Amino acid sequence: MGDPPILQMTGIRKAFPGVVALDGVDFSLRPGEVHALMGENGAGKSTLIKVLTGVYGIDAGDIRLGGTPVRFGGPLQAQHAGISTVYQEVNLCANLSVAENIFIGREPRRFGKIRWAEMRRRSAALLEGLDLHLDVTAPLSAYSLAIQQMVAIARAVDVSAKVLILDEPTSSLDASEVDRLFEVMRRLKRDGVAILFISHFLDQVYAIADRMTVLRNGRLIGEYATAELTQMQLITKMIGKELNVLERLEEEPRTVTAGADAQPIVEAHALGRSGAIAPFDLSVRGGEIVGLAGLLGSGRTELARLLFGADRPDNGRLEIDGKPVALRTPRAAMTHGIGFSSENRRTEGVVAELSVRENIVLALQAARGWSRPIPRRKQDELVARYIDTLGIRPADPELAVRDLSGGNQQKVLLARWLITEPRLLIVDEPTRGIDVGAKAEIQRLLVELADGGMAILFVSAELEEVLRLSHKIEVLRERHLVEELDNTGGGVDADRVMQAIASGANP
Amino acid sequence: MTNLVRHRLFWPSAVLVLLLASNVFFAPRFFTITLQDGHLYGSLIDILRSATPLALVALGMTMVIATGGIDLSVGSVMAISGALACLIIGGLPDQDSVAGVLIAVGVALALSALLGVWNGVLVAVIGIQPIIATLILMVAGRGIAQLITDGQIINVSSAPYRVIGAGYLFGIPVSVIIVAVVVAAAALIIRRSALGVLVESVGASPTASRLAGIRARGLTITAYVFAAFCAGIAGLIFSSNVASADSNAAGNLIELDAILAVVIGGTALTGGRFSIAGSVLGAVLISALDITTYTIGVPAETTLLFKAVVVVVLCLSQSAAFRAVVFRRRNPAPVTPAVEVSA
Amino acid sequence: MIGISAPPQPETAVVAPRRRRGLDRRHIPVLVTLGLLVGMYGLGVANYDNFSDTQVFLNIFVDNAFLLVVAAGMTFVILTGGIDLSVGAVVALTTVVAATLLHAGWPAVVVLPLVLLMGTSLGLGMGAVIHYFKVEPFIATLAGMFLARGLSLLINRNSIPITDPFWTAMAQNRIRFGPGIFISTSVVIALVVVLIGAYVLAYTRFGRNVYAIGGNADSALLMGLPVKRTRIAVYTVSGFCSSLGGVLLSFYMLSGYSLHAQGMELDAIAAVVIGGTILTGGSGYLFGTVLGVMVLGMIQTIITFQGDLSSWWTKIVIGILLFAFIVLQRLVTRRTT
Repeated sequence: MGDPPILQMTGIRKAFPGVVALDGVDFSLRPGEVHALMGENGAGKSTLIKVLTGVYGIDAGDIRLGGTPVRFGGPLQAQHAGISTVYQEVNLCANLSVAENIFIGREPRRFGKIRWAEMRRRSAALLEGLDLHLDVTAPLSAYSLAIQQMVAIARAVDVSAKVLILDEPTSSLDASEVDRLFEVMRRLKRDGVAILFISHFLDQVYAIADRMTVLRNGRLIGEYATAELTQMQLITKMIGKELNVLERLEEEPRTVTAGADAQPIVEAHALGRSGAIAPFDLSVRGGEIVGLAGLLGSGRTELARLLFGADRPDNGRLEIDGKPVALRTPRAAMTHGIGFSSENRRTEGVVAELSVRENIVLALQAARGWSRPIPRRKQDELVARYIDTLGIRPADPELAVRDLSGGNQQKVLLARWLITEPRLLIVDEPTRGIDVGAKAEIQRLLVELADGGMAILFVSAELEEVLRLSHKIEVLRERHLVEELDNTGGGVDADRVMQAIASGANP
Repeated sequence: MTNLVRHRLFWPSAVLVLLLASNVFFAPRFFTITLQDGHLYGSLIDILRSATPLALVALGMTMVIATGGIDLSVGSVMAISGALACLIIGGLPDQDSVAGVLIAVGVALALSALLGVWNGVLVAVIGIQPIIATLILMVAGRGIAQLITDGQIINVSSAPYRVIGAGYLFGIPVSVIIVAVVVAAAALIIRRSALGVLVESVGASPTASRLAGIRARGLTITAYVFAAFCAGIAGLIFSSNVASADSNAAGNLIELDAILAVVIGGTALTGGRFSIAGSVLGAVLISALDITTYTIGVPAETTLLFKAVVVVVLCLSQSAAFRAVVFRRRNPAPVTPAVEVSA
Repeated sequence: MIGISAPPQPETAVVAPRRRRGLDRRHIPVLVTLGLLVGMYGLGVANYDNFSDTQVFLNIFVDNAFLLVVAAGMTFVILTGGIDLSVGAVVALTTVVAATLLHAGWPAVVVLPLVLLMGTSLGLGMGAVIHYFKVEPFIATLAGMFLARGLSLLINRNSIPITDPFWTAMAQNRIRFGPGIFISTSVVIALVVVLIGAYVLAYTRFGRNVYAIGGNADSALLMGLPVKRTRIAVYTVSGFCSSLGGVLLSFYMLSGYSLHAQGMELDAIAAVVIGGTILTGGSGYLFGTVLGVMVLGMIQTIITFQGDLSSWWTKIVIGILLFAFIVLQRLVTRRTT
């Protein structure tokens, strides 16, 4: 472990208009180590990788590879210098053979003619070196994602063997596939390759990483040897406990209106979808805010999508008002009074081209069908009311939504669901990436809605927010719902939740 | 003033006005409209009349493009519709029977709509790319039309049928009235119902639309049915005007002109926001171009060159990459009229 | 799962690819087309006298040599996931320009390279617009189609006869294999083009890049492949093939006419699709395109032999085949992904 670092990044700063993505971040990587980069959404992990591979330039700081200062113009230059990246989605061509995927662009040739036999022999040998015995003439698409992932690694290592970045390579692999991948990683480690590893799965990080660097909100929290940091400590560092200025100001007592004896609006029994979320039980009552807590990739969004019919479950059943229902489409969920505001505001939420008015009435209109338009006067009235209630700015109903700020787009999205008068509103990360003022307004709104009797399923990466709003907290870990904490009266604190995330036993 | 210039129909309108004005130098009586035998005559009337099939096809194409699709088969549908109507009328004991003609028209339009269902199902249910899905009917459709007419040009001498494409009502060409009625009805239905906003939403963002509970499948099929229906009417107008069914000439290359008209009218090929008025204006512009080249006396073929130029200019002005290259050096401020117009 | 020092366990020794039983999926569409062709030929031989004459078969090539060349170029474009609507118009333009220049007394040795260069440059231009300005191939080549057709109409609206000795020689030259059994020089040229094209696709980096881009252009870029150069090059290849197809057509017709090759883009696309190339790119063979052209030729031959079947059945049958193959593609790709 005494080796000098192959890669040294110091004082990296990168700002985008309106947000500082990285601020004074240091990172170093030694040959023959697996170094995990940890942090929640928006912590700056992907920005750091993009800065390293030359996708973005940096505003300040220093990057040294093997002691020499470097600045890459793009991933290709980085690759030539010895830094290769393998992404979660395999960036290969599934239509080509395994051998070609390893060698394309650098095929062995004689007089310009590709020597296929040579290429097959060399790729087979290369894969043997990783203990993979594949038919290299088969198209890549014939193999599982895990194997494709390893072919990508084989290519990356063969192209340039100094630094290997693995960006969430395990997200879509099952346990035995992960083992295989780790086997390959250990081999590479022994060969002296420096591996930067990103994963949401803490167990995996602890299984393979030697050291870890934790980022939060674009800042460096610290660099630790894996053996010296417990999972609990890691989670604390990742999601933090400090209240920000605003939250200290807002110390609203949680009013409890949920009647524990009331019939739940929605009840899930062993509902699940393989590869997305393990079967879970969950009930949501009117007037209740149920918070979903867990790290990125823990299955928060996947759970929410099942309850809205955005994805179909392949296990368990769902009851609404005690009657079993099958929600095959979002529309079916809507007919049962469920609304869903997606975390991907721009791609799955608002329709950017359309106006504020059109976006707000969209879901209600969809429910009524095209032949029963909402009268224009009614539309204007509804829209004006919600622009006013939610404080959407600018208050111009005919403005295209793309011209609004993130916070106002979020309010438009909420307004879209509120006018459908849902009984259960699912909000996935409604406060992400919006300014502090708008955030407080949205939080207050959710509390008011629950007070009015609406059931709310609240998903957020910010633990403090979940704690402050929720009556009940469902803790997720690695695609399992591991614990339910009763928070009526605010009895649960952040430590308790983080403990559940860190140690929750998978059923 | 700047608002006027920035309006998305400003530039097409300006080009149309210029085009018409330029005719005066070559034909001083270009703008004269005379009344003969109770019929209006004149170059402007000619332009409108010759624009009718294209305007209808462009209207249907607008809806399909708004959903994020495209329909290459409209020309073939025109040919089939005309062929079927003429076949039925040709077989009538009395070709001048109004009822018989109405049946022929009804059957032709019903078949057109059915072809639209075919396209719509391929796109929305089977999930084939629109260009490819409609290519099938584009290729086979002309064969079907020829099959209907047995490869012959069917001539009909039916006075009631002739009215559709060549008749006059209150001095105005009936075809122009038909188009006006269809366009007005479509605009009314689309804007009065929620069809417009739902289609735009599906075209602009299919994922967000699904999560808002919109049933895209039905809307998409409806759009293709509407496009085929419009093409069917266009086919009737075309064949009635020449009192025959010519399966090769009917709607030849009209899909390309229609796409062009839609793009000129400010509807982006990527789907979303659409403008019916823009597409009709685009159709009139293309028709005016044809008539103008005729008046000026340059070979009619130059219109193809002009269209090439228009396609290139319009597409480049819609291309973000092109704007970046051109406006980076000249003008750092992104909002210029030239950019706005292209939207 | 396995310790580092542990001997490899048998079940992990070989990872068998999913779903592989003897037949490579990538060959299925081509084999279907081959079967179709053989079936059609058998049908013809069984039903019509003289259908089995060798010359009947060879005439399919003689009558479609130009289409074969154009479709070969189209194959390159479609393999990248693009489309080229301009081919028919470029063919027509080539015949018109060649006929006009020859008529004006230019020597064939100058005219020939000149028209080829013209088509190639048109393709290059369209490729550049598509790549640099991110204009959809459909639209860019549509503009190219208008441009080329417009230019040829502008040059001459009428059919221009070609009397140049080289051209007439090429038109009349027959390579004979026996009494009444022959092919034209154009067939040889077309087959040479196909062979070169097939070699390029299989054995050069450019050819493999074409497949890679069709498979996943974003990945290709991340793998460091010259996406820009390759994408522009396929349209250039298509432009070249279109102009060469135009030259062959002018050999065949001995005239230049702006209305030649109307709708040839559809025939070329149909041949490529029926030949098993997937319209979204990344999978297909030039050999399949040859089969596709042969299927189109075979349909025409059968309809000619049948006599009472009219020519429009060609279009209907092509439409049905297109539908069948597109649905087949859809099934094949759906099951792979």
